[in-house]
Amino acid sequence: MTQGTGIMMQQRAGRRTTWLLLLPVLVFLAVFFLVPLGQVLYFSVMDPTFTLHHYLAFFTDDFYWRVLFGTFRTTAIVTAFSLLLSYPLSYAIVRLGGGFATAMLLIVAMSFWTSFLVRTFAWMVILGNNGPLRAILATMGWTPPPELLFTRFSSTLAMVHLLVPFMVLALYSVMKKIDYTLVRAAISLGATPFEAFRRVFLPLSAPGIVNGCTLVFIMCLGFYVTPVLLGSPREQMIAGLIGTQIEEFLEFGEASATAVILLCVTMTVFAIYNRFVGLDKLWG
Amino acid sequence: MNAFAGRMEGRQGVTGSYLEIRDLVKSYDGYQQAVRGISLAIAKGEFVSFLGPSGSGKTTTLMMVAGFEQPTAGRIVLGGREIAPVPPHKRNIGMVFQNYALFPHMTAAENVGFPLRMRKRPAAEITRRSREALAMVGLADFAGRQPRELSGGQQQRVALARALVFEPDVLLLDEPLGALDKNLREHMQVEIKRIHRELGITTIYVTHDQTEAMTMSDRIAVFSQGVVEQFAAPLDVYLRPATRFVGGFVGDSNFFEASGRTGMLEVAGLGTLSLPQAPVSASGRYDVLVRPEAIGLWRGSGDRAGHCVVPFTVTALVNYGDSVLLIGSSGDLSLRARIPFMLATDIREGTALSLSWRHADMHCIPA
Repeated sequence: MTQGTGIMMQQRAGRRTTWLLLLPVLVFLAVFFLVPLGQVLYFSVMDPTFTLHHYLAFFTDDFYWRVLFGTFRTTAIVTAFSLLLSYPLSYAIVRLGGGFATAMLLIVAMSFWTSFLVRTFAWMVILGNNGPLRAILATMGWTPPPELLFTRFSSTLAMVHLLVPFMVLALYSVMKKIDYTLVRAAISLGATPFEAFRRVFLPLSAPGIVNGCTLVFIMCLGFYVTPVLLGSPREQMIAGLIGTQIEEFLEFGEASATAVILLCVTMTVFAIYNRFVGLDKLWG
Repeated sequence: MNAFAGRMEGRQGVTGSYLEIRDLVKSYDGYQQAVRGISLAIAKGEFVSFLGPSGSGKTTTLMMVAGFEQPTAGRIVLGGREIAPVPPHKRNIGMVFQNYALFPHMTAAENVGFPLRMRKRPAAEITRRSREALAMVGLADFAGRQPRELSGGQQQRVALARALVFEPDVLLLDEPLGALDKNLREHMQVEIKRIHRELGITTIYVTHDQTEAMTMSDRIAVFSQGVVEQFAAPLDVYLRPATRFVGGFVGDSNFFEASGRTGMLEVAGLGTLSLPQAPVSASGRYDVLVRPEAIGLWRGSGDRAGHCVVPFTVTALVNYGDSVLLIGSSGDLSLRARIPFMLATDIREGTALSLSWRHADMHCIPA
């Protein structure tokens, strides 16, 4: 045997090992992700024979359009507020460093590790009819205090709270790599501190903004628990709508079609991101 | 000389102190001082190096001149104006940073145009002056490149053009050549000197490289532990160091302990010498410096007028190609002598020989 074929055999063996190591996760994904997904696709077009009327129903009904539009609007608002809150926080973490940064990152990570459900229930208590927030508003002279729970306000607030950690980490991972000497250089060249921030730091942190917004936008689009538990029943988001279609109307076909539409919308956002940024950069 | 250099030239001419640092102190914790009372007067158009090991306060001093650090005490006067209270963006001081600090999201031309844009110059003027500044550093054809598409030396040139394009009053360079390899570094040294000559701009150059400071500067300020040990022309610093630290930091050195009597020096291991440059009223302790390259082989026998002659045993040789450093001892004295390679071909470890040097090459430093 020549040396060349020996190396080729080795490479082939190495590749085989790689595939063997990948096998469990591939099987897992196939059984628990691809198969159910295929089923959803199947249900959305078979009733009991091939038909597109679930999709037609969705696109011809004003109600569905309103839900889709509402979902986008809520998602956009949540993303915008997450960014507005997270940017100064991430900036402060990167700039101040030390104990402050450690404390803030720990808080962010802890809320990261606490279940969405737990935090959603916490908001139910805080915003509830007999909750502390209404009591505080009442003592400040707002009588009777406004209904907070089961409104668009409550679900938006809670979703911002749930998604801020994702935004902070996305921003932080980009910001901490920005060489602050660049800002100093800008100032030495005559830029006011604000101009230096606007012309140098902000553009260099743009990848973090894009990443964070994409992440939050996609997560928010498919949010189920929080809008269902905290939001107004009259202003459902699309994931909640799917739940209702199944639980209350047993409309598996329509629910499946809605799910496929949601998936397509999400994939479109991903595709736009991939086109301009690259998917491999999403997690920093 | 291009148009840019021509415009800058009209700005020089005033002599005397232009940038004056007076009793400057910087303390970060209110207890330890990074800079402990520095005073320097720099003339207009002068090229001054701040030379010293890391942590000696040279960069801190530079940052106070630039405005990125606030002095704890003391004054910085530029062109008759106290600038300590002036924020950095209003100081009109050009600065080149250690790692170039080019804006990665802008082209070379946009980087160079940045200070002009901040000064709200008309677009046509920005384009023209950026082009002139890039031409001055030899990068006229690279205007559209991103910084990452440029080599280290080219990035350095862009940084230099950017720091000069707005015609600053002072140019500060913070170890600008540290990241470049040796050949490129020497090339950039020549380049920076040429630009300094053409523009006549007052320049402070921070470095820990003594060769760089020696070759480029009009004067060198040697920093150690937050104070300036000596502020003088390169040859003075080299031949007549003010302190033992300066003698040891700049160049290679032999030190002898000595005690003075009127007009005479009692030098350990060498006996009593009458040195013309010895302090007349000398009665105290001294360090006597002899540079290794001032020491030569002595093939004669007996004494030599106006010279010290000592027996010497070689313990190690370091071959630099053009010269050889002999390390060894003469009795209790450790000595280093640097002699031309051609004279050292027969010398091995263990060779015994005689060394000599002129009394005039011995420099006395009060201990």
